[in-house]
Amino acid sequence: MQKKRKLVLIGNGMAGVRTVEEILARGGADQFEITIFGDEPYGNYNRILLSEVLNGSQDPSEIFLNPLAWYRENGVQLHAGVRARAIHRHSRQVTGDHGVVAPYDNLIIATGSSPYIPPIQGVRLEGGREKPGVFVFRSLDDCHKIAQYARGKRSAAVIGGGLLGLEAARGLQNFGLDVHVVHISGHLMGQQLDATAGGILRTTLEQLGVTVHLNKSTKEVLGDDRVTGLRFADDETLACDLVVISAGIRPNVEIALRAGLTVERGIVVDNHMRSPDDPRVYAVGECAQHRGQVYGLVAPLWEQGKVLADHITKRNEKASYAGSKVSTKLKVMGIQLASMGITEPADDRDEIVQFLEPKKGTYKKLIIRDGRLLGGILLGDVSKAAYLMQAFDKSTPLPEERLSLLFDIGAPSPQATIEEMPQGMQVCNCNGVTKEGLVACVRSGKRTLRTVMDATRAGMGCGACKQLVSEVVAWACGGAAEQDPAASYYVPGVPLSKPELVQAIRERRLRSVSAVFRELAGGNEDPGSKPGLASLLRTLWHHEYDDERDARFINDRVHANIQKDGTFSVIPQIAGGITSAAQLRRIADVVDKYRVPLVKLTGGQRIDLLGVKKEDLPAVWRDLEMPSGFAYGKSYRTCKSCVGSDFCRYGLGDSIALAVKIEDRFQGMDTPAKLKLATAGCPRNCSEAMVKDVGAVAVEGGKWEIYVGGAAGAHVRKGDVLCTVDAHEDVLRLMGRFIQYYRENARYLERTYGFVERVGIQKIRAVVVDDSEGIAARLDEEMRKTVEAYRDPWREAYAPATPNQFRSVLPIVQ
Amino acid sequence: MEITIGPLSAIPPGEGRAFEVGSERIAVFVTREGRVFATQASCPHRGGPLVDGLLGGCTLICPLHAQKFNLETGEALSGGEGLKTYPVRLSATNQILVRIEGGVG
Ligand SMILES: Cc1cc2nc3c(=O)[nH]c(=O)nc-3n(C[C@H](O)[C@H](O)[C@H](O)COP(=O)(O)OP(=O)(O)OC[C@H]3O[C@@H](n4cnc5c(N)ncnc54)[C@H](O)[C@@H]3O)c2cc1C
Ligand code: SF4
Ligand code: FES
Repeated sequence: MQKKRKLVLIGNGMAGVRTVEEILARGGADQFEITIFGDEPYGNYNRILLSEVLNGSQDPSEIFLNPLAWYRENGVQLHAGVRARAIHRHSRQVTGDHGVVAPYDNLIIATGSSPYIPPIQGVRLEGGREKPGVFVFRSLDDCHKIAQYARGKRSAAVIGGGLLGLEAARGLQNFGLDVHVVHISGHLMGQQLDATAGGILRTTLEQLGVTVHLNKSTKEVLGDDRVTGLRFADDETLACDLVVISAGIRPNVEIALRAGLTVERGIVVDNHMRSPDDPRVYAVGECAQHRGQVYGLVAPLWEQGKVLADHITKRNEKASYAGSKVSTKLKVMGIQLASMGITEPADDRDEIVQFLEPKKGTYKKLIIRDGRLLGGILLGDVSKAAYLMQAFDKSTPLPEERLSLLFDIGAPSPQATIEEMPQGMQVCNCNGVTKEGLVACVRSGKRTLRTVMDATRAGMGCGACKQLVSEVVAWACGGAAEQDPAASYYVPGVPLSKPELVQAIRERRLRSVSAVFRELAGGNEDPGSKPGLASLLRTLWHHEYDDERDARFINDRVHANIQKDGTFSVIPQIAGGITSAAQLRRIADVVDKYRVPLVKLTGGQRIDLLGVKKEDLPAVWRDLEMPSGFAYGKSYRTCKSCVGSDFCRYGLGDSIALAVKIEDRFQGMDTPAKLKLATAGCPRNCSEAMVKDVGAVAVEGGKWEIYVGGAAGAHVRKGDVLCTVDAHEDVLRLMGRFIQYYRENARYLERTYGFVERVGIQKIRAVVVDDSEGIAARLDEEMRKTVEAYRDPWREAYAPATPNQFRSVLPIVQ
Repeated sequence: MEITIGPLSAIPPGEGRAFEVGSERIAVFVTREGRVFATQASCPHRGGPLVDGLLGGCTLICPLHAQKFNLETGEALSGGEGLKTYPVRLSATNQILVRIEGGVG
């Protein structure tokens, strides 16, 4: 047998690894020993999905295309986190960091590109170090860094109004930031859109809450030790806490340049994707330049990879890349967009067909020469995109009836359109899945959109094709695909979203968890869904709720927190952290009498008695003579306070009295997830009120700032200021209204920080403070009823609610 | 042998209670539809008290780390070791009767 050739790949990214996959698919494992240098410390991931990672809709762990196991299973050696430093063409080896040396017979360069940083003053600190708050958006690391820094910040600016800049803006909005896009020219997305389309997009974005600044050239990033704002060429300034620079990309060509290969904008390659200077060396992806073109989208890279693989494996040595016509379907901040070819006519012969409906944000424009499509923009309505992109790609003659290019006249059903779609047409460009591939998958028995997507990866790239994928799947299923048990249910066991569930519960007057299962889930009791339903029913019905104890988690059945050994922890109420000698004495006595193994002060300014036996709970409560501190439930937990104006020399407001009133009002209340509060007597914030679910901070002038959505646990976030009010009573009212709004609209177990980020502080402020939906009075009324329904659960020490409620084991009577 | 554990009324519907049978502990569960199951009392994962779990149909979720079990078959629904189950029935007077091999240890 022939000795295997050594193949080295520099760049463990989308183009390079896809090319390796193509090589392996052509039996490459028998021909090559493959080594990959990748300077990112991971397996290959889907860069397109970084926008989703940034905006939180995708978990980073879910975007990997090739997990590390893939390399092992395919006998590919990956040097992850090792940057290739030099190509030595005479000795035919690549050297990298940490002394890694890899000899090659063939070399593929797929180094991608890097964000371009325009010459702007103050991008770096003096001395050249990175300035905190300045970011680019290219890699998973960038995402992590941005996400970490953005928490608790107020505003962000994105320099660059191209596709990536807008994606970054969308991601940043989800951190609850005020987002500005600063663009140097007169309209957004100049590469894909003309001025009209750019204008429509701008209006739509501003409606989504993004401020767009056009014709602004950024001159300076302000801030001595971290970003505080931007200064423009016209000397205007914009205050911001962080800036993402997205001003274009530059191919990574240094390593090729130093190896003496021809480099212009990118690494020059021939029709086999091979360097004209060295027949052993290929380049592919964003770093490669073919016939003067450098591509920045994935579809062309897939075509390049196929040609390269055919050639290098000698499967087809005539395989030749003829360049790609760039057409894309994109989703920009949720707005549908398809673009292909040129955006403006280039010649007198060019014919323009267009339709504009600015109010709806719909714009369609086609540029036609000699009866063939040269370019097009579809914004807002992309129903004809599949047909037009096909016609553009293949240069097929267009029908004389131009109107039918823009609209389905006589409305043939979408069925017909998919029927007509050629078998081999690519539906998902990111993952190269054709109509044929989807149909085959459905035939093999996958009959829901989710299962087809999982099996083929269609729609799992940028997601722009999801609609089309679902139509094709529905068509292949002969009408409608089977429903996915949607992720939108409030609890997994009842197939309804929260608003649907609330409506059904109200209409049918369902007052118990078992009634909900009976009426809305075909009688199937899903144990994991019970506590979520119990919480919701209590919120809706107050004391009319039919309290079935088995629906509660054990903590709520015995009003204490279960520990790893099956014992419980007991935390009595100590409102505002204020206690007395008498209380402390009783607590001490209880500790002795029941041999409580551990007594601990909690972060919420309470005293925790740990290791209490279930049997002892009622007696412990009786002896304490204190109400429950609710440290166990998905409920209001505590309100801690600083010493405030009575004792502290800085105090501006009475934080203790406010904390006591807060506890008195909200004690024991069910909430979607636990709720921790605090009050501070001044902005020194000794009680950490700004990082609580809800907090109140006294400020100058006898006023209180109310913070919501703070967190300081596994997740850290500074709360957003909901509003500033004058008196304790106003604090209680607005806090109550916010809490009620959260109770009604949050998902089960969704903490306020997630809720505030998801709904957006602007929206919450509008509803809760400005009463934009006219529901404030109702929210206040619901809150009042909830407060009235409160009862100290530790009273069950005197009257147990169920048989043997506090027994951990029963003897048998023989 | 079959032993009488106690009256059905000792266990609220939809919950479980543990019983001391000789040196063994047995968990008995009563579903909302009135079905009765008996299994070992402590979770094979880390010894969690199964009777403090959440019950629905014949599925039980352990209170400590949410491992799931089928009470009828003992099968571990989230992987790992399953539960030992005991044949159980109700007497004419609604006493719970559990069959234990080899008698009370
Ligand atoms: C946020 C975002 C959204 C996008 N959205 C879309 C979209 O919707 N549709 C679309 O078609 N395209 C999109 N793109 C573009 C697409 O991701 C790129 O075209 C594609 O990733 C290019 O593949 P590549 O392999 O050439 O480069 P990359 O994927 O960047 O891979 C190059 C790899 O090489 C590594 N490397 C570089 N130099 C060295 C060295 N000397 N030694 C070792 N390793 C090295 C790099 O670290 C990188 O991991 C998006 C890009 C981004 C950043
Ligand atoms: S937050 Fe202000 S008022 Fe409260 S203790 Fe600290 S310094 Fe004093
Ligand atoms: S002890 Fe039961 S799940 Fe861990």
